Amino acid sequence: MITRHYIDFIVVLTQKEMKVRYKSSVLGYFWSIAHPLAFALIFFIAFKIIMKIQMENYALFLITGLFPWQWLANSVNVSPMVFIGNASMVKKVNFSRSALPLVTVLQDGIHFVLSIPVIVLFMFVYHKSPSLSWLYGIPILMGVQFMMTYGVCLVVSTINPFFRDMERLVSLFIMFMFYLTPIIYPESMVPERYKYLLNLNPVAPLMISWRNLFLDGTLDAGLLTISISYSVATFAFGYAVYKRLSWKLAEVL
Amino acid sequence: MSEPAVIFDNISKSYPMYHHFTGGIKNFLFHLPKALKSLRGSRYEALRDISFEVRKGEALGIIGKNGAGKSTTLGLIAGVLKPTKGSIVVRGRTLPLLELGGGFHPELTGRENIMLNGVLLGLLRAEVRKKMDEIIEFSGISEFMDQPIRTYSSGMLARLGFSVIAHLDPEILLIDEILAVGDLEFQQKCIEKMMDFKRNDVTIVFVSHSMGAVEMLCDRVVWIDDNAIRMSGNTKEVVKEFEKAERNAELLRYVKGNL
Ligand SMILES: Nc1ncnc2c1ncn2[C@@H]1O[C@H](COP(=O)(O)OP(=O)(O)OP(=O)(O)O)[C@@H](O)[C@H]1O
Ligand SMILES: [Mg+2]
Repeated sequence: MITRHYIDFIVVLTQKEMKVRYKSSVLGYFWSIAHPLAFALIFFIAFKIIMKIQMENYALFLITGLFPWQWLANSVNVSPMVFIGNASMVKKVNFSRSALPLVTVLQDGIHFVLSIPVIVLFMFVYHKSPSLSWLYGIPILMGVQFMMTYGVCLVVSTINPFFRDMERLVSLFIMFMFYLTPIIYPESMVPERYKYLLNLNPVAPLMISWRNLFLDGTLDAGLLTISISYSVATFAFGYAVYKRLSWKLAEVL
Repeated sequence: MSEPAVIFDNISKSYPMYHHFTGGIKNFLFHLPKALKSLRGSRYEALRDISFEVRKGEALGIIGKNGAGKSTTLGLIAGVLKPTKGSIVVRGRTLPLLELGGGFHPELTGRENIMLNGVLLGLLRAEVRKKMDEIIEFSGISEFMDQPIRTYSSGMLARLGFSVIAHLDPEILLIDEILAVGDLEFQQKCIEKMMDFKRNDVTIVFVSHSMGAVEMLCDRVVWIDDNAIRMSGNTKEVVKEFEKAERNAELLRYVKGNL
């Protein structure tokens, strides 16, 4: 249940995370943008300059996919340490532990929102402009992504204290997902006979939706439906795992 | 006689030995049946068939050697741990905190930690803000409030932690070992504050190795030895027996050492 105290609790925890992770919020903002931009630069050099991919506006194409991806990847990458890094709190205080992974996802979500102006800037550079559909498209896709990311983070953060190898598995998994999702290449380049596999990748429909929204201002109902289904399923699974194991966290940390 | 605030009825608590688990994925997969069995088996029984009650407004002391199971008992009352066997009844707002400074973050300043701790223990942000100056004043270390607390001494940390607790309004207060690191002035302040709580009908469960403090504060004492209750009842009697046992154990060690 969301009470006034719960909201205050989440706000204070989020402020704490920001301070602990970046020491200062200005620097935090800088890194949250510099990181995906650096990635974009690397892929631009590798694929556009060296391998000469035949695509217009490749830089813009890259960042519209990388920014949302970065939110998901950052949250999932730190989630193995969410409970371990707050061991003293989990061992010594009785509070709703699911707040900790929630705060992680929230924090990266805030950074994502703050990075949207950079996307707008790039659009102007490429003589494009934001469209009105962003007004509803961005909140919808953010909701979907929030739920999906929270689900994954609940699983990873809950299981890792019991099974520390989770950490390494997760970073490998994230890397696989990154290259198997059309982020640095368009889905149209995926060979015809593998295309159906795209819909089996839970994040692909979501990432494609983000890019379409940013580049063309469109939100495909089919892709959105698939994304929502994956996101609800992921969250349900994550919450079930959390419910089952969370009471043991104070014992194993 | 007032009604009980906490009831332990034949409570046992065992901890699984998870270390088998941390051998890595390779070990885990290669010895899957064994690994799974070790998850079930090999448990350490930290508390065995513990029964006691704490009445409302009473101060109960829990004493015993290191590793006896005192903190585990507090963890069960606070709801941080779940009993393996038996059920625990807790009536009233318990401070959900086992140890002073639980949830403090070393990188945050004293002030930020007061906010974090206060909200963690159930206050709204506005309430913490309102009490902030009072809390800082009470701690007696106001000049360090804007330093990260990793630079604090352990006594200063205890001061900060207790100052937050002192400004909350619990019905049941759990206190584990706070006097150990504080200086005399601070110990005095703590005892006074706890007497204050007592006068206001707050139920207190007090874990300490300081028999002086236990005798001053507690109405009754439970002595836990080897993970079970060895004796409970009147403070003076239990403390006397406990000290006798300690002295005997020491004598025995001394005699053995000289053989
Ligand atoms: N999370 C845990 N996992 C496994 N064993 C534990 C865990 N926590 C405590 N134990 C064991 O349970 C026993 C009781 O521990 P507890 O912390 O309750 O002792 P204590 O009476 O508070 O001791 P002290 O006076 O040193 O604070 C100890 O033997 C300890 O090794
Ligand atoms: Mg202890």
